[in-house]
Amino acid sequence: MKSGSKLELLFEAGYFVCTGEVGPPKSASSRGISKHAALLKDCVDAVNLTDNQTAIVRLSSIAAAVHVMRAGAEPIIQMTCRDRNRIAMQSDLLGAHSLGIRNLLCLSGDHQSFGNHPSARNVFDVDSIQLIRMVKDLRDEKKFQCGEACKFEPRMFIGAAANPFGDPFEFRVIRLAKKIAAGADFIQTQAIFDMAKFKRWMGMVRDMGLHEKVFITGGIVPVKSAVALQRNSEVPGMAVPEALIKRMQGVPKPKQQEEGVKIAVEFIQELQEIPGIRGVHIMAIAWEEIIPEIVERAGLLPRPVVEGGPSQAGEVE
Amino acid sequence: MSMIVAERKPLDEVLQRLDGYRKILVAGCSECVTVCQAGGEKEVEVLASLLRLRGFTDVVTDVLTRQCDVEFLPALDLKAAWSDCIVSLACGVGVQFLAERYRDRWVIPGLNTKFGGGAREPGVWEERCGFCGECVLHLTGGVCPIIRCSKSLLNGPCGGSQNGKCEIRDEVECAWQLIYDRLKGLGRLDLLAEPIPPKDWSHARDGGPRKVKRTDVMAV
Repeated sequence: MKSGSKLELLFEAGYFVCTGEVGPPKSASSRGISKHAALLKDCVDAVNLTDNQTAIVRLSSIAAAVHVMRAGAEPIIQMTCRDRNRIAMQSDLLGAHSLGIRNLLCLSGDHQSFGNHPSARNVFDVDSIQLIRMVKDLRDEKKFQCGEACKFEPRMFIGAAANPFGDPFEFRVIRLAKKIAAGADFIQTQAIFDMAKFKRWMGMVRDMGLHEKVFITGGIVPVKSAVALQRNSEVPGMAVPEALIKRMQGVPKPKQQEEGVKIAVEFIQELQEIPGIRGVHIMAIAWEEIIPEIVERAGLLPRPVVEGGPSQAGEVE
Repeated sequence: MSMIVAERKPLDEVLQRLDGYRKILVAGCSECVTVCQAGGEKEVEVLASLLRLRGFTDVVTDVLTRQCDVEFLPALDLKAAWSDCIVSLACGVGVQFLAERYRDRWVIPGLNTKFGGGAREPGVWEERCGFCGECVLHLTGGVCPIIRCSKSLLNGPCGGSQNGKCEIRDEVECAWQLIYDRLKGLGRLDLLAEPIPPKDWSHARDGGPRKVKRTDVMAV
């Protein structure tokens, strides 16, 4: 057992895993996080806490994870390379473990020019692949990045992102292989709107045998309207097929929300049929309350129950 | 020519900094800033004329062979002694060399020093080197990921690379797309499968101000 997290246990036990996402607020209030965590705890297996997503200052992912645990759900903290150097990252890993956090998603991070502090300096001391390696070496070799020993090591179940819709397309699977070689245990993909392209990418993943080395979950973003879908298509690294936009536009506005849910459910069911896909990650940004309905309609309820788990137990020395 | 690329500061900003000074020396440099047309003879004379038009009657000019080499600075001594403020139209190195030599004179920069780069076409200069102190271009097909990738990634493109463009702006090419294309063309995609470990930034500015010493070049 690498981390003993519920997420790890469920993957290892062969379940089709279901994770959700909560964006911490632009404030010091934990109320929204606790509310969303309580809402999600019985319909997803773990909850991602974003790390200042789109480079906007928000309540920290580690602090948010504590509120999620208090609400009875298991957190996956995101960690980007944008804001912290290797000293701060490792320090936060020690702290996160001490608080009972056992799942970590390693990301490059959106460039600060997208956020609310575009005049900030970025860090990128290490990149996401180097971060994965650093977390793995801490866990498996009990060594800090500098080589010094870590007596009581942080044990994280290590996640990484994969974007099948970014370019160069042929390199995407090589990059995934690099992340796995660096130590990734599970993968969350970029939001899937172009299912055909996603399947093509998964074919390449299987050709390289990568699906047997890592647990891959497909990313789903439910959208409320044709406008929202259009907006998603404008995000760098996202691919939204014209046909999907037309399908949404063809539905009267008051019914577009229901169509968005329908599409999400269909996609989840399609994901379950793809060999090598081990779960779904639902990113309902600012629409967290829809997740229970989507999960239920996709036939993923009830979620398996795992007794104990380090997230509930907290630090054990 | 590879060089330090600089840009003239707006006139109003220079005027604001000259407030209270009377005898102005505008000093240019014949090296990089002449090539990138920011601080050579022509730009020095243009700035001097503009200052005169804006009411400064005592303005003198000079252009040194190199402001970044103490050997050439004495040529400026007389004019510097006459002046009460020096506007350096060299890069930041030149400004500091003048400030170090003329300790009782106020020295201000007339340029914004931008980057290490070159001219791709007349009037367009692009950044190519981030002076990280430990070149990795042999790993990346001669395309620098440190300075040309907006996140300085060493192991491939982030998820924001699309159609050859960087996520930050369409005018920015994705360095990793360029690296990929070049290595593919040369049959060296194998290099991309190799993980590159964290960089030792102590060779970059992060290790503190740097110095290069060459005993073979030092005076005997």
